[in-house]
Amino acid sequence: MSFDVSAARRRCMAYRRRILDISQQVPALHAAGAFSCLEIVDVIYNELMRREIGERPRFVDSFVMSKGHGCMAQYVILEALGILTKHDLDTYCVPGGQLGCHPDYGVPGIEASTGSLGHGLGMATGMAYADRINGEDRRVYVVLSDGELQEGSTWEALQMAANLKIDNLVAFVDLNDMASLSRMSETHPAFYPVLDKLRAFGWEAVEVNGHDAGAVHDAVTRRRGDRPFVVVGRTVKGRGVSFMESIPIWHYRSPNKDEYAKAVAELSEVTS
Amino acid sequence: MRNTFADTIYEAGRNDKRVAIVVADISPAGSMQKFRDEFPERFVNTGVSEQIMIGLCAGMALRGMRPFAYTIATFTFYRPFEFVRDDLCYQNLPVTVVGIGGGVAYSTLGGTHHAQEDVVLASALPNMNVLAPCDPAECREATLWCTTQERGPVYLRLGKAGEPDLTSRAVDPFVFGKLRYLRRGSDVCILAYGPITKMASDLAAKFEARGESVSLVSVHTLKPLDTEGLVAALQSHRRVVVIEETAPYALGLRVKALAWEAQARCRIDTFSLKDAFIHTYGAPGELLAAHGLDLSVIAAKLGLS
Repeated sequence: MSFDVSAARRRCMAYRRRILDISQQVPALHAAGAFSCLEIVDVIYNELMRREIGERPRFVDSFVMSKGHGCMAQYVILEALGILTKHDLDTYCVPGGQLGCHPDYGVPGIEASTGSLGHGLGMATGMAYADRINGEDRRVYVVLSDGELQEGSTWEALQMAANLKIDNLVAFVDLNDMASLSRMSETHPAFYPVLDKLRAFGWEAVEVNGHDAGAVHDAVTRRRGDRPFVVVGRTVKGRGVSFMESIPIWHYRSPNKDEYAKAVAELSEVTS
Repeated sequence: MRNTFADTIYEAGRNDKRVAIVVADISPAGSMQKFRDEFPERFVNTGVSEQIMIGLCAGMALRGMRPFAYTIATFTFYRPFEFVRDDLCYQNLPVTVVGIGGGVAYSTLGGTHHAQEDVVLASALPNMNVLAPCDPAECREATLWCTTQERGPVYLRLGKAGEPDLTSRAVDPFVFGKLRYLRRGSDVCILAYGPITKMASDLAAKFEARGESVSLVSVHTLKPLDTEGLVAALQSHRRVVVIEETAPYALGLRVKALAWEAQARCRIDTFSLKDAFIHTYGAPGELLAAHGLDLSVIAAKLGLS
């Protein structure tokens, strides 16, 4: 299946610029967490999710941002697709606007409310299961943070998806190794290995560089397909802006005027 | 009541393929087993995993289905509380969270199985509807309402088994959100919900033996509470008695607040579970008595012999 990697890289650079612009409208936002899953979310919306024919994109498949605080990645992509408007993004986190820090079910393009980690995969599992038993040909894509894999509820969902053989469910883990103020590999070493755990719970799982759009895309299209599938993406929190990468303070912060200028100036296409 | 719920949900499931049941390690018996056998895809057992029980219900409801989460009340509601709140209430999804054995029905199993606080907690959740039927027939009505309602999430608090008929000759029909007068009188009004309405009925008889005219009301809908109906009851009776198998922060408290706001002049006596874990193992009546919910104790407190 042909996949225009250059176009994906250009889109993601534009998304990073858009997120940086929005950051100047608000005291703080979850920029770094959006940057780490940007390539993944772009591949899902622009290459994987099937669309109905028509003027404005209407998707046959579904997307759940289980990593709720990363939703700025989702918002800028929905804006680029014309599902959210520029006005929506301009009124982000302002009274009268409909977009907040976490996705709100009922907002165009948002299929479930998330924000508390460990909920999205369970709901996505239920959606995918309902699709199957109701004879609907739909897939559900869901993006999780690595921190979410610390929640027991995530493992309940993983287990049940495997028990029910829900093969129309595709998950992605944004494995940036950052949680709160430290590296998980240092403070919670028993969290690893991740891939083995996912496979032990009955999922087909592969690990790729989460910023390599082509690799993410190919991982999904090459799956065996007889069980739920997860792509573990090795990513960098804050990827795309050198001084944000893996620096904890950028979890929830807006760059000041100087930092913004510096970030915009150094933005380039991310290849990995 | 469990059996009536199962019979009703099976009947509903035959006619409406949106209806689904998600249990957490419950072995289906009776009609629920029939449901599972005839509609195997619409019956899911998550095993001992209550968070995914609710998550699955939410996802299925997002796809237009009508799921019922079903297990013992403490496990349907307390264990996955945040999921009930965030997945169901926050998104206002039409999922029914069924809690078997609300109150201290599981009287030999200890506090881990006693849903003493459930009505209080459920009533605090925005968008949540709370139903607590008093007998099998009312359970059937409540369940049928749950299968077709468009309001949002419901906490359906059920008894266990053996509840006697209280509603077959009720003055009022079952109407969601409204007080249901089982008997209408003019002196004393006894308000109750759930299986303990039987004790309320026996108490009514004691008042009647003394020549009082008694109203007996099933307050099956705890949320949205029929505040208008309650104020009317407070203003039209000399005495109001509340009996509930719940922690002391539920209906009795609301009735007193409403009375204050309405400047009602009636005498109000409320009876509830204690705010305590009571380690009495025995028949449900014995544990209830340890909580102060005993007919003769209540009657004595009310000045009845």
